[in-house]
Amino acid sequence: MKLELRGITKRFPGVVANDSVNLSIATGEVLALVGENGAGKSTLMNVLYGLYKADEGEILIDGASKKFNSPADAIASGIGMVHQHFMLVPVFSVAENVVLGSEPTRRLGALDIEQARKMVRDVSDRYNLNLDPDAIVEDLPVGVRQRVEIVKVLLRDAKIVVFDEPTAVLTPSEILEFFEIVRTLIRSGKGVVFITHKLKEALTIADRINVLRRGKVVGDADPKTASEAQIAEMMVGRPVQLTVDKKPADPKQVVLSVKDLSLIDPDGRTVVDQVSFEVRAGEIVGIAGVQGNGQTELVEALSGLRNANSGVVEIDGKDVTKASPRERHSLGMGHVPEDRQRQGLITGMSITENLVLTRYHDNEFCNGMKMRWSDASKKAKELVANYDIRTSDPDQLASTLSGGNQQKVIVARELSRKIGLVLAAQPTRGIDVGSIEYIHEQIVKERDAGTAVLIVSTELDEVMALSDRLLVMYRGKIVADLDPKKISHMDVGLYMAGSRPESAVGSHR
Amino acid sequence: MTDLLKSLRYTLLALLASLLVGAVIIVVTDIDALKVGDYGKAFTTVLTAYRSLFEGSFWGLRSISNTITGTTPLLLSGLAVSVAFKAGLFNIGATGQMLAGGMTALWVGFTMSGPGWLQVPLAVLAGAIGGAIFGGIAGVLKARTGAHEVITTIMLNSIASFLVLWLLKTTLFQREGRPDPISKLIADEAHLPRLFGFLEGRSDLVAHSGFFVALLATYGYWYLLKRTTLGFELRATGLNSDAAKYAGMKSKTLMVVAMLLAGGFAGMAGATEVLGTYGYASTSLAGNIGFDAIAVALLGQSSPIGTLVSALLFGALQAGGRSMQANTDVPVDLIIVLRALIVMFVAAPLLVKAMFRVKSQFSAQGQTFRGWGG
Repeated sequence: MKLELRGITKRFPGVVANDSVNLSIATGEVLALVGENGAGKSTLMNVLYGLYKADEGEILIDGASKKFNSPADAIASGIGMVHQHFMLVPVFSVAENVVLGSEPTRRLGALDIEQARKMVRDVSDRYNLNLDPDAIVEDLPVGVRQRVEIVKVLLRDAKIVVFDEPTAVLTPSEILEFFEIVRTLIRSGKGVVFITHKLKEALTIADRINVLRRGKVVGDADPKTASEAQIAEMMVGRPVQLTVDKKPADPKQVVLSVKDLSLIDPDGRTVVDQVSFEVRAGEIVGIAGVQGNGQTELVEALSGLRNANSGVVEIDGKDVTKASPRERHSLGMGHVPEDRQRQGLITGMSITENLVLTRYHDNEFCNGMKMRWSDASKKAKELVANYDIRTSDPDQLASTLSGGNQQKVIVARELSRKIGLVLAAQPTRGIDVGSIEYIHEQIVKERDAGTAVLIVSTELDEVMALSDRLLVMYRGKIVADLDPKKISHMDVGLYMAGSRPESAVGSHR
Repeated sequence: MTDLLKSLRYTLLALLASLLVGAVIIVVTDIDALKVGDYGKAFTTVLTAYRSLFEGSFWGLRSISNTITGTTPLLLSGLAVSVAFKAGLFNIGATGQMLAGGMTALWVGFTMSGPGWLQVPLAVLAGAIGGAIFGGIAGVLKARTGAHEVITTIMLNSIASFLVLWLLKTTLFQREGRPDPISKLIADEAHLPRLFGFLEGRSDLVAHSGFFVALLATYGYWYLLKRTTLGFELRATGLNSDAAKYAGMKSKTLMVVAMLLAGGFAGMAGATEVLGTYGYASTSLAGNIGFDAIAVALLGQSSPIGTLVSALLFGALQAGGRSMQANTDVPVDLIIVLRALIVMFVAAPLLVKAMFRVKSQFSAQGQTFRGWGG
């Protein structure tokens, strides 16, 4: 089967999301569709999947023009889609989820769960998915849930499967498993469209790469010959710095000091276990680790959102173990939280309001209880310009911004305050290369200005590139204190997995 | 601004849709006309009914006066629900808060003596304080123990109505010589001045200056939301309580403050009813107003202007409904149906869009429910 999109144009009020896009995909190949957030990848796929109607252009299957008015039409034509956010019922079993909507029934409409189980087993065996039909979805790790979605698509006889940012939620080892699945799909004669903004992944798995920028296809790349830097340049429209350019650190006095900090979660599990470390002015300390090893809880405790069970946290020598977030802010702590949608932003408020979210009570913006919104607006305009936040109007809702620009709002707000310490958790998760480059530059600039910086990230590349000192967290403990310039990715990976490399360079605790 | 126009357009379309459905109901319930197959007469009934509905709410001084009288408590108690919504709380307790505020205002109204310019504001203030304290209970319960405000405010409604029943039988409140639970009359000076009191011989114009209290409160609500740090904190907590905590806002304190404010608004509603409309208190003081207030806030999307407009609409329907019943056989209960239909159509924008074939690029969002926070 061959699928072709010809001259697809889709306009939304004020923007052209897709501008006469041509694209083709055949079974037996992997096409990667790369582009920054807001480049029009998802819109294009929603047109293909019948969720949006294109204003111009046509969709051809094996040369015949098709009209998709709903996802049902697209599915009938052999197109399947695995969304970034899974559509599963958490309390149902795998088999129940898979058949939901087209349940096999026995007499009198009774659900034939045996048949459903068999369907799951068959597909799972054929494509090596290794799924237990009776497992309850909420007990499954994210990577396995994704496989349940894949089974749903395969059971509807999809010939071409579209994956929308499939790796965004996966751990590094799950990503490798995912690639295996994609290869199996290709071997059994399916076609795969892989939407991503992670260039390394596109280069690894794709047969062809199409680059989208501002709604247009700006180029094709051959993964065998193209480099990451070339594709990044096509995506952003200018040369991009993929590594972080920084001078050696010049650490001064201790700003953040953590002594024997322990946190116990409501289930009685020790999630952070006797952690001690220091961050000095003018240095970037990175904490690496696989997601779920206590980093989230550690940052919550450092920022005042969670109470410590034991231990001491000091900022500038002042004991802040029991201090509220506001008290810590006033001591000069900036905080870029892990989850920008849940904590960092109020998407239902304007960009201006979000830019003053942690400082509206400052004399700069209010007289006592009375807000001076004119001053807030002035500040917002200044920050929008200085931090390259792409918006036509700061009075628009923060939800209108792309992920990268939302993150820039948070970074602008936190770094532009008077601060001596920054906690940045996953500062570039799920955002585009251009924004990542920019945010990294800002963090290094802040360090050079004498701020103490603590970066927590599950992206090993990121912490390795940014940090002057690298700590590794495993099961709530800090298991290594390393110099990122003197250790390989491979060895850090071993620490992250809980073992210790033979050629250990750093000091081991 | 365009958002405002857009939501206004849907509200108007929802109003139109409910009048259409209401017309169908009038026709099919006009049994006499249907029996003889006189569809023309049924049609005329619809026209007459809607004409007297309109005339009864806006045509002439008396109608306007009735609309204002109906609007005043709806607006104040609508604000009570709105301010809680904005902070992410669902206040079902406007009834109880109205009763509390009505009783404290009443007490000031009949015990104090002094000039009206002093007594009236004091009595209204007493009402606001009484309501605030009563509303604050639900806020404290939620902040301290996590008890859900929907449950506690419903329970507090029952507590308030039985408390009022008991109070009205005590010698402090009960009118002398009356066996039933009815309160003493407030002092003449404590009455909220009538709006049209300057017109002689028009005692039928009952509208009182409680309407200005309500307008002032609406302005205060707007000012709070848009111009104060507290309003910013309330809105932030309502839209995303995790982000509010991250930003260093004290979510528990804000819960209590939101319920104090809510109770204060509802308390003023009780106060203006006692000091303006009745001059005394009875068990039916709050009536259904506390529940209608939920629809008012919902329809107005908890915004100051929206709440004002929907309170006016509901007040007008209430005033017009009575004249509709008087002039035609259509019962005043149709108004309850119309109000329910309006709320339903506003809550289901897709339905209205389908009915009027409004073209839209984006799929509709349930605009009414945005920001309720569960």
